[in-house]
Amino acid sequence: MDIPYTVEERPDTGLFNAKLGIWLFLASEVMLFGGLFSAYVFLRFGAPVGAFHEWGQELNIPLATLNTLILISSSVTMVMSWASLKLNEFKKYKLYMGLTLLCALGFLIIKYIEYTAKFDHHIYPSTNTFYAIYFTLTGLHGLHIIGGMIVLYYFWMPGSKMWNSKPEQFTNRIEIAGLYWHFVDLVWIFLFPILYLL
Amino acid sequence: MSSGHDTIDIQSHIKVYMTVFAALAVLTIVTVAASYLDLSTGEAILLALTIASIKGSLVAGYFMHLISEKALITWILMLTAGFFFVLMFIPMASFIDQAQLG
Repeated sequence: MDIPYTVEERPDTGLFNAKLGIWLFLASEVMLFGGLFSAYVFLRFGAPVGAFHEWGQELNIPLATLNTLILISSSVTMVMSWASLKLNEFKKYKLYMGLTLLCALGFLIIKYIEYTAKFDHHIYPSTNTFYAIYFTLTGLHGLHIIGGMIVLYYFWMPGSKMWNSKPEQFTNRIEIAGLYWHFVDLVWIFLFPILYLL
Repeated sequence: MSSGHDTIDIQSHIKVYMTVFAALAVLTIVTVAASYLDLSTGEAILLALTIASIKGSLVAGYFMHLISEKALITWILMLTAGFFFVLMFIPMASFIDQAQLG
């Protein structure tokens, strides 16, 4: 039996089912990260005045800026991969999706460099409340990047066969994966200033 | 599959995506530059979060197509935003309480 409303819109919602599903999932993700942002506010208010800023001085701003630019670039290549399918250009889709994965890998490598530099200086989540929330927030975000990469890799390689049989459904799948990916980018846009710059 | 009309529509979208990308890159540099300004903590937080909110709105509005999305999604997100702000104010309330106990 075919899954209903994978391409055509449901009359009552005006959306195809996966789109409503991903937005409800992203709403739950807002609350997941919201809880941790709330914890950040709580810990910052609870710390001695200026301590959070001082503790954060060990972080590498140029590397984090580069990572921000990489993640923004990956959002553009992601939306371009969807636009390529809309324009019926499958080869371009493969190129842009490959670039998105490359950006994601670059982001993780930089994060690995950052983490190992901290561990080399004996900075761990237990060092102080700033690093507790820093490692929790960036670690959870990193897990979202890894999860996204698994899905994107599937759509880049084995899952892309669907383009030959059900191109419209495949295009919708890429749109949905893209919505998740842009959300991960959006979370980083807020993590970057609160952890590295303030 | 795309019709001729869709093709023109998507090509105009691509131009918007590139403009948004440039704006996001510039705003990232502005965020970093602003962090070196001699501002009070409150002013620095306000400025950084304002720039981040502009960047976030660009990503949500254009890359996630929220600007042209159906009303149902807007309503879901408004409800989520409401709960998100409640979640943000819970710790604030505890500090107000603490100050009153003083």
